[in-house]
Amino acid sequence: MTVPVIGVLALQGDVREHVAALTGAGADARPVRRPGELDAVDGLVVPGGESTTISKLVDIFEMREPIDKRIAAGMPVYGSCAGMIMLATEVLDGRPDQRGFAGIGMTVRRNAFGRQVDSFEAPVSISGVDGDPFHAVFIRAPWVERVGPDVDVLGRVSDGPAAGRIVAVRQGNLLATSFHPELTGDLRLHRFFVDLVRAAA
Amino acid sequence: MSESTSPTTDATVGTARVKRGMAEMLKGGVIMDVVTPEQAKIAEDAGAVAVMALERVPADIRAQGGVSRMSDPDMIDGIISAVSIPVMAKARIGHFVEARILQALGVDYVDESEVLTPADYANHIDKWAFTVPFVCGATNLGEALRRITEGAAMIRSKGEAGTGDVSNATTHMRKIRQEIRRLQSLPADELYVAAKELQAPYELVKEVAERGKLPVVLFTAGGIATPADAAMMMQLGAEGVFVGSGIFKSGNPAQRAAAIVKATTFHDDPDVLAKVSRGLGEAMVGINVDEIPQPHRLAERGW
Repeated sequence: MTVPVIGVLALQGDVREHVAALTGAGADARPVRRPGELDAVDGLVVPGGESTTISKLVDIFEMREPIDKRIAAGMPVYGSCAGMIMLATEVLDGRPDQRGFAGIGMTVRRNAFGRQVDSFEAPVSISGVDGDPFHAVFIRAPWVERVGPDVDVLGRVSDGPAAGRIVAVRQGNLLATSFHPELTGDLRLHRFFVDLVRAAA
Repeated sequence: MSESTSPTTDATVGTARVKRGMAEMLKGGVIMDVVTPEQAKIAEDAGAVAVMALERVPADIRAQGGVSRMSDPDMIDGIISAVSIPVMAKARIGHFVEARILQALGVDYVDESEVLTPADYANHIDKWAFTVPFVCGATNLGEALRRITEGAAMIRSKGEAGTGDVSNATTHMRKIRQEIRRLQSLPADELYVAAKELQAPYELVKEVAERGKLPVVLFTAGGIATPADAAMMMQLGAEGVFVGSGIFKSGNPAQRAAAIVKATTFHDDPDVLAKVSRGLGEAMVGINVDEIPQPHRLAERGW
C-alpha cells in the first residue's frame, strides 16, 4: 500500500482542510459520513469542529459502533481539537450526554484555555517530528489533564500561564492534538499520520 | 476572562488566523437564534454548533417595529452560562460600543447585523480593532469583500430575515458565487477594473480570483425555515446555516432544530432529507418578501 486511503469524518467541522492536508501528505483522502464509507478507509481523521455536535451526529447516523470496532481492530485515527475530545475516554466540562470513541486513555478538558477571545497561536515542539516547533493554532481548544499508562505525551505548551499543559498525545495508532495543523499549511503532522497508517497496514 | 488567565502574550490572541479559524470549525453546522437561556439549551440539545443571542427574533422585530438593539447583558450572561457551545451576539451596524460590551461579556463572535437598527448609516465597525471575531451579512461579492476589508472573519448571505421566505437568501448566495466564478474567468489585467466595479481592494479581488472562494467562511442566513431550505442553501455553496425565526416561531422547535441539523450534514442525500422532513408540525407562518414594502426590507441595510 503506497497510497493509503484515509477518511475524514465529515459530519461537521473543518473537513476540507484535513482532506487537503492529507492529500498534500500523499494520502488518498475522502470524506466519510456513512458506515459503508468507513469500511473503505485504512485510517480516519476526526476534524476540528464542535465536539457536542459531532458526538450527537455520530450517534444519530450510527457511526459510533463501526468506528469503535475499527479502533479496536487497530485502525489509526488522528483527532485535532474537537477530534481530540472525541478520542478521549473522559471529558471534563462537556455535556453530560457527550461521549467519545473508545480511544485514548486520557482526561481532556474542553475549552480549557478559555473562550474565543483567549484563542491563540504559539510554538509547540512535537517529539518524533523533526524540524522547528509547530506554529500551533488553538481555537477554544481543549488540553489533556491526565494520561493513562499507555499514552505518550508528544507536546506541551512551552510558555505563558498555560506552560506545561499537554496538547499532543499518542497511544498506539491513535494520535491527538489540541491545535489545528490543518490550518497552517504545515504538513509534517499529517505526513507523520500517513506514515502511521502505512505502517499499520 | 481576566488578563491573568490569558494563556499567552497579547500579540498572539485575536489574530486573523484564530478569528477566521473559529469560523472554519463551525462549517457544516447550524447556528440558531435564541432569546432566552431556555431556548439556548434547546438549540444545544438539538446539535447546534453555536447560538446567536438577540433581544427579539427577526419575525418579532418585524411585527413589533421600533428600534432594535443589542441584548441585555444579563440575558447574554444567562445564555453563556446555560450552554457550552459558542455564543454569538448581535450588535447594530456601526455601533462599536455595543461590540465592545459584547467582547467584554465574553461572547465568541459578534454579528454586526442588519437585523438590528443601524447606528451609523455611513460606517461599519472597524473590526480589526477587536479581539473577538465578527460575522457580517452580504448580498453580493462587493459587499462581502468590503466587510472583510473592515476585518470581518466570516460572511453570511443576508437573505430577508424574519420572513421564512428563502428566496432572498437564494438570490444572495447565487449572486456571490456567480461573481466569484466571473472573477475566476477574467484575465489578470481585467481584475483592476473588476476591483473598481466591486468597490473592493484589488489585492482581495485578486485573491478571490485565484482561490475561487472568499478568504473567510461563507454561511447563509435569512428566511431559512425547513430542513429542505437548509439543504438547498448548502447545495448552493453555503458552508453552514444560520436559522433565525424559523425554529422558535415554528410548532415544534426542538424537533425542527434537530431536523435542520441533520439536513445540513446530509444536504446532498434526498433519502435522509425525506426522513428528517417528516412530522415536524407547522413551519413558521412566513411573509412573502415581495409583499414587504422596500423601506422595511432588512437586507437593504448596510452597503
